[in-house]
Amino acid sequence: MIAPLDLAGPVSGVALGIGFGFVLENAGFGNPEILTGQLRFTNWSVFQTMFTAIIVSSILLNVAAFFGVVSFSNIFIPSVLFWGTLLGGMCVGIGFAVGGYCPGTSIVGFMSGRVDAIVFLIGIGAGTLVFNMIYPIIGSWIYTQAGPDALTVPQLLHIPAWAVIALLAAVLLGVGYLVSKGKLTASCAAPRAGVGMPRGAAMPNKH
Amino acid sequence: MSQPRALWNPYVAGVALGVVLFLTFIVTGHGLGVTGATTSITAVTTAAVAPGAIAPHDYLAGYVRRGLDQWIVWEVLGVAIGGMAGAMLGRRFAGRIDGPPKASTPAKIGLALSGGLVSGLGARFALGCTSGMGLSGSAPLGAAGFLFLIGFFAAGAAFGLVLKPLWQRRSTI
Repeated sequence: MIAPLDLAGPVSGVALGIGFGFVLENAGFGNPEILTGQLRFTNWSVFQTMFTAIIVSSILLNVAAFFGVVSFSNIFIPSVLFWGTLLGGMCVGIGFAVGGYCPGTSIVGFMSGRVDAIVFLIGIGAGTLVFNMIYPIIGSWIYTQAGPDALTVPQLLHIPAWAVIALLAAVLLGVGYLVSKGKLTASCAAPRAGVGMPRGAAMPNKH
Repeated sequence: MSQPRALWNPYVAGVALGVVLFLTFIVTGHGLGVTGATTSITAVTTAAVAPGAIAPHDYLAGYVRRGLDQWIVWEVLGVAIGGMAGAMLGRRFAGRIDGPPKASTPAKIGLALSGGLVSGLGARFALGCTSGMGLSGSAPLGAAGFLFLIGFFAAGAAFGLVLKPLWQRRSTI
């Protein structure tokens, strides 16, 4: 086993961050119209990009583990803090719908010139301070762990990892097929793709 | 003014993102994230601007002690650089106030601020955001990552549909 290399310094941070930010921007994820279009079902690129990324990195991790390059016991897998994880996901989803971004995409939005994105980032700071204030009241139950440490979907469903990955791939390809047939896209936007769109908001789903 | 370049196909972007995420796991042992950094920056800034505002037993006290020299703070600096490079090279950089086309400017600012607040609060509930929990938790098939994403898309879609009228543009046909 040679990985993880445990390179936790500034160089690895900045280098990997540049890759992350560059991909997010080129996917169109600095643009709140594309981002929130997923929630209105007018643009599926958020789902397609995220699911593809999860499947690709999952396959690479499993192949690397198979060849002994890395062990999953040395990879950080978050534990399920049932209420914290679920309510947290819901709040980040609501913030995404209302504010137009999630934390990472707001940085990319700001760096591509959007003033509303820095306002969103200031809001994140405010939300962090609100959490600090209410933590004594909610801390005891919100972080109550459900299930064993680092619970995985294969453990939960008692099926092998490759079956979970195959299931995810089937969902991704199924959605991709329906999107290409125009069956999942809300009617108001699809037929006039590109018309009335802001600069840079090309419809990534139109190949 | 030259036209912005086309965005990447979502599958191409997804493969690139998956490779960056995999490399992050191999190099550091964990995935990508964002709100670990925004929490550190908020804690350190608050402690500097208003000494005493964060008490020694507070949730954020540990973040103040650990300071800003964290891998994730450096990573977020990289995200900013990479995002700007993408916008510049793609000719998509433009100063503007973005948001729902039908909202007034003060409304756009109010929506961005309140959305950010709920998002920042939620990221502390979940100990991660869409990147740190949704993406990086799901890649090693962690149940927490998928639970986060279910909550994210369900609540997001409900609020997205409520706010849909604000995003509808006048037909230009």
